[in-house]
Amino acid sequence: MSTIFGVPTPALYGQILIGLINGSFYAMLSLGLAVIFGLLRVINFAHGAQYMLGAFAAYLLLSYLGIGYWLALILAPLIVGAIAVVIEKTMLSRLYGVDPLYGLLLTFGLALILEGAFRYWFGAAGKPYAPPEQLTGAINLGFMFMPIYRGWVVIASLVVCIGTWLLIEKTRLGAYLRAATENATLVQAFGVNVPLLLTLTYGLGAALAALAGVLAAPIYQVSPLMGSNLIIIVFAVVVVGGMGSILGAIVTGYMLGVLEGLTKVFYPEASSIVIFVIMAIVLLVRPAGLFGREE
Amino acid sequence: MAVGTQYLAEQPKLRTSSLVLGAIAIAAMLAAPFFFYPVMLMSVLCFALFACAFNLLIGYVGLLSFGHAAFFGGAAYFTAHAAKVWGWDPLAAILLGVAGAAVMGLIIGFVAIRRQGIYFAMITLALSQMFAFICLQAPFTHGEDGIQGVPRGYLLGFIDLNQPLTMYYVTLAIFLFGFFAIWRIVNSPFGNILKAIRENEKRAVSLGYRVDRYKLGAFVMSAALAGMAGGTKAIVFQFATLTDVQWQMSGEVILMTLLGGIGTMVGPIVGAGLVIALQNYLAASDFPVTVLIGIIFVICVLLFRRGIVGEILELMRRKGKSAS
Repeated sequence: MSTIFGVPTPALYGQILIGLINGSFYAMLSLGLAVIFGLLRVINFAHGAQYMLGAFAAYLLLSYLGIGYWLALILAPLIVGAIAVVIEKTMLSRLYGVDPLYGLLLTFGLALILEGAFRYWFGAAGKPYAPPEQLTGAINLGFMFMPIYRGWVVIASLVVCIGTWLLIEKTRLGAYLRAATENATLVQAFGVNVPLLLTLTYGLGAALAALAGVLAAPIYQVSPLMGSNLIIIVFAVVVVGGMGSILGAIVTGYMLGVLEGLTKVFYPEASSIVIFVIMAIVLLVRPAGLFGREE
Repeated sequence: MAVGTQYLAEQPKLRTSSLVLGAIAIAAMLAAPFFFYPVMLMSVLCFALFACAFNLLIGYVGLLSFGHAAFFGGAAYFTAHAAKVWGWDPLAAILLGVAGAAVMGLIIGFVAIRRQGIYFAMITLALSQMFAFICLQAPFTHGEDGIQGVPRGYLLGFIDLNQPLTMYYVTLAIFLFGFFAIWRIVNSPFGNILKAIRENEKRAVSLGYRVDRYKLGAFVMSAALAGMAGGTKAIVFQFATLTDVQWQMSGEVILMTLLGGIGTMVGPIVGAGLVIALQNYLAASDFPVTVLIGIIFVICVLLFRRGIVGEILELMRRKGKSAS
């Protein structure tokens, strides 16, 4: 069997694949966080809970209404996005004038409510969610076997990330959004409905998280706490990438995912903390983050 | 507007009225174990000290640490290990916890103060989560089981802490010591510079203060005092587990401080008392505590950001204004 640095290659590729998949979720979630933060100046602590809600929406749609994966992929983000719109309208919008830390605390409270309620209703144990028939099985890539669903997740997340990036960089709506990020008052003076833009942005960010949740459901089990542990890692990813750049959030997400996978191969004990260590190093060397700019 | 700014009206100087109030409060605390369950009171005292230590940072420097559980829980581990495995005197064990938390505060603070505001919160959260992972894997913490059966021992070799009442008074003494230390820090020239940094960091820099050093100093003090609370808790409850180092604990101490009043001296104590009482009350029912904590968070942030004590002080201030 061939080896690289004393590690059998199949194990290496396997971990890189797992890293890519984790990275896909880091990228999608940090992307949503960055979009929300860019405009609203709110760190959305409920992002993990919204990801969990997405996965649960898919699970509940299937078990109670018999609605399958493909439709859930569209419906779950819409449902969670709608909930997020209500949250923004009724609560978050009251906090725009005060210290951004209050936005963090509010969304933290919301995350606790959502997670606590779902744990109360469904218990802490994970619920299995089968991947759709079309995506079961594995293909031989020549150097390794890859479960089709995992390949699909990596591709789907790339499409989502690039799509969001194009939406923000290349469309008129995105131009408004970027302009409002720079100077909301001026954009409003030009006749753009900035409050609506804020609401839509929060809805979009939450919908992205929910989409990630549906994609994650067949890989990780659907459980009330699936988001809260992930969100802290995503925070670290965001700090490493720097909040300023959408592309930075995406690239950093994949990069750190793969790096974490590699750590699992070469030094497994450190795999759960490697991202935090990198965050600390980046902060010492380049406090604004790899792609960030000093504010 | 920075968090806590609204309390710039500086802390009242040591006036006769506050001395009298303080004396009444201490008398009440001395008498309390004859009316309430001592274990719950000790729990309140530990968490009140923890919240006061946390408040030193958010209330007087304007830094929201989302990772204070690392110092609280870390110190609990150090103290528990020293008392159980090395057989140290409880006071020495607690001091080790304080020292350990201070060193951790120095390391985490050194990294975290490079960013401000919301980033500071995220960085402290991430670093404390890293510490929680280390605690999960390190052999001396015993993973999921934690360190159980920590002996309370004999304070200074002759004061038997296994007596609930004795343990209570020792805890009270530690709490009062910590509280007084925080009061001294806040009302010192050092504390005034901290408040200046909170109000306008750039101006403090332009006045020639090395802001980073002051922030780091405050961070280490806050961590050490949180460690004092954690170490004491380990002796009182005779265990140290992962619960104390996890992010939920950081969230709880934020809630206590927010509910009582950020930037007020007694607010965190009130908040800690309420949250602990609520948790004890709910422990009997099957209503999920997390949900209630979340609801209180949302209500506090939306309706009374000054907290209970902060709102009362504000009300008194307004009344005083309209009277004069």
